[in-house]
Amino acid sequence: MVGRAPRKGDVVIRGAARTVDERTHAAPFGLKALRYLFPEHWTFLLGEVALYTFIVLIATGTYLALFFHPSTAQVVYHGSYAPLDGMRMTEAYRSTVHLSLDVRAGLLMRQTHHWAADVFVAAIAIHLMRIVFTGAFRKPRELTYYVGLTILTLALLEGYLGYSLVDDLLSGMGLAIGYAVALSIPFVGANIGQLIWGGPFPGTPDFWSRMYIAHVFLLPLLIATLIALHLTLVASLHHTQFGGGRRTERRLVGLPAFPSQVPRSLGLMFAVFAALFLLGGLVEINPIWLWGPYHVGDGTNGAQPDWYLGWLIGALRLMPAFDVTVLDYTVIPNPFWGGVLFPGIVFGTLFAWPSIERRVSGDRARHNLLDRPRDVRWRTATATAFLSWLFLIFLAGSADRAYVLFGWSYETQLQVYRVLVFVLPPTVFWLTLKVCDELRRNEEVVRNRHEAETEARAAAHRT
Amino acid sequence: MTGPRSSRRAELAVAALLGLAAVCAAGFVAVYALDSIGHQTQLLGLTLGAAFACLAAAFIAGRRLVAGEDAEDEYGGPAPEAADEIGALVEESATGIERRRLLAGAGAAAGAAIGAALLAPVVSLGPVFDLASMARTPWRRGRRLVDETGAPVAASAVRADEFLTAYPEGANPEEIGSPIILIRLDPATLRLPASRRSWAPQGILAYSKICTHAGCAIALYRAPLFQPVEQPPGLVCPCHYSTFDPATGGTVVFGPAGRALPQLPLRIDRAGNLRAGGTFSGPVGPSWWGVRRGRATS
Repeated sequence: MVGRAPRKGDVVIRGAARTVDERTHAAPFGLKALRYLFPEHWTFLLGEVALYTFIVLIATGTYLALFFHPSTAQVVYHGSYAPLDGMRMTEAYRSTVHLSLDVRAGLLMRQTHHWAADVFVAAIAIHLMRIVFTGAFRKPRELTYYVGLTILTLALLEGYLGYSLVDDLLSGMGLAIGYAVALSIPFVGANIGQLIWGGPFPGTPDFWSRMYIAHVFLLPLLIATLIALHLTLVASLHHTQFGGGRRTERRLVGLPAFPSQVPRSLGLMFAVFAALFLLGGLVEINPIWLWGPYHVGDGTNGAQPDWYLGWLIGALRLMPAFDVTVLDYTVIPNPFWGGVLFPGIVFGTLFAWPSIERRVSGDRARHNLLDRPRDVRWRTATATAFLSWLFLIFLAGSADRAYVLFGWSYETQLQVYRVLVFVLPPTVFWLTLKVCDELRRNEEVVRNRHEAETEARAAAHRT
Repeated sequence: MTGPRSSRRAELAVAALLGLAAVCAAGFVAVYALDSIGHQTQLLGLTLGAAFACLAAAFIAGRRLVAGEDAEDEYGGPAPEAADEIGALVEESATGIERRRLLAGAGAAAGAAIGAALLAPVVSLGPVFDLASMARTPWRRGRRLVDETGAPVAASAVRADEFLTAYPEGANPEEIGSPIILIRLDPATLRLPASRRSWAPQGILAYSKICTHAGCAIALYRAPLFQPVEQPPGLVCPCHYSTFDPATGGTVVFGPAGRALPQLPLRIDRAGNLRAGGTFSGPVGPSWWGVRRGRATS
């Protein structure tokens, strides 16, 4: 390539590269970045899906912010949507209905934003599962893992604030629950609730300003910063890789960023954009004009949050009536168990997992090669048991829909779930161990047969 | 593998896909410009999504034109020498300092005080130490009940098997202590605590509409159509299905709520309208640490 006479276009590019380098001295860094190696396995693209979804969230969210009014001023609706005509509502809700139904492309942007939020959390969650099941969180990548988990936590909060800001009926019900959960924290809950809401629920108009600045500035900035840190750590330590072939703990094999990974990754980016805008245009999500405005005295049946909060509503519903009380005084109100303790246990376990595993296995070595889930059976079994527990509680959150759809008694369903959350995880644990063993035994059988066949063929050849 | 012919075909495919992307994007602009056409949101999503899908396909097809081979690299390791050097640099910089403890102590004091000073304004966010306001409601003895439009609620308007939502006259309906749920039961079926015998004239009962579990509005009333075989009347919160028994003073019969639903004493004035006979039997809304469980728990 060096010996070839450069084409006209090449000269221009070289000239541009030199011009930039003369003013930045960044060419060595740029060259290193272009030669950075990406593993070829598809599961390494899950995090990229989350990254590209975040770009869509920023873009569509900015568009929405050009029309949304974060105000609790009470107004009477006289817009183009007749069923709401004459209804009392907040300016926040009115402006969201307006941007959905009267602003051209407004509904496309709002629905794409909502879909992107659902996909963002889903992509992070699936990415996290891959990381856990393959042991990618092990030394030296614990920090990368903690940063990723923090992004997930913030993404949940960001999503909750996003659909709360609209002030439709479901927003208000969600905020009421959030207030009750804040209040349920022992000894400081009431004070924290007063601080955040500016007074008793539904709070002062300041509360809307606080949610707004958190949703459109603080949390996105924090998430973006952490994404940058996450990627810096990934690049600094290099990607992990699955073993086999030329790939070892010391040698990594992959596609260089340029020219191989760039078109691959850009293809993925545009595919993510395409999927999100197709969803936003074609598949209705959160039609807020149907829910109506929120008032403290209003509620609706069959209310379901976005999927990523389903596990929390499930926990709140599943918990039997149990408050810690002293005489006639409440010490720990019920929402604490499902709304604070449960997510605390889930995220606490996730954050502690690298340390727990280090202690249990005694493995303090550095790892660049990933585990196959079947090879580390106890970790895989723990993870599947944990997931089944979460999924069950998630399902319990939709027991009211199951009642409407199938006529199963709500009370009976809850009793069944209350037993299953104790029975299913150990069963799944045991089953996973069996499946891992079976998979490995099968491999051994295949390997033995292969060896025997090779040997037999060699013997036949000799005779 | 990629001969000149297949490479030329790939180039054509990429060009075609990019052209198609351009057409779709132009379609988006056209749909946007055409005012008030049917299914505009769907067409906008379709054209923009298709444009991005074509771009994605172009990049994926175009990989063959530029794709290089696998490459190898070494995983780096830790650099203990550099880390030690950082440590040494910091240590050496402080060799001239003698009264380390004094400086450290003074630094800690300054840091803590400035941290506290920066945190103190957070108290302005809300009445952090005034928890009494949380238990306050607009209901007073003699206050009239009004509906959403502000019209007084007549006792005769409360019919069996239905519920009404009412608010205190002249108060802010958006306060958590304002909305109440009104139902009518057969007075013979009531089993209210002795102190509340006079609270339900004609069997009309008023409860706070805010669930004591998580603060949602009680929006469901389970009214049995045939009493002998169905569950008794219940006030149900649609958020987590806490169910309260209106006949016994709002006690919890199912679900996660830990406190009874606060009851509001009622009386009927000479015009036949409903008025509050006092304040709620307990604190309204979700519980917090130290809240009284209310008189109805016995």
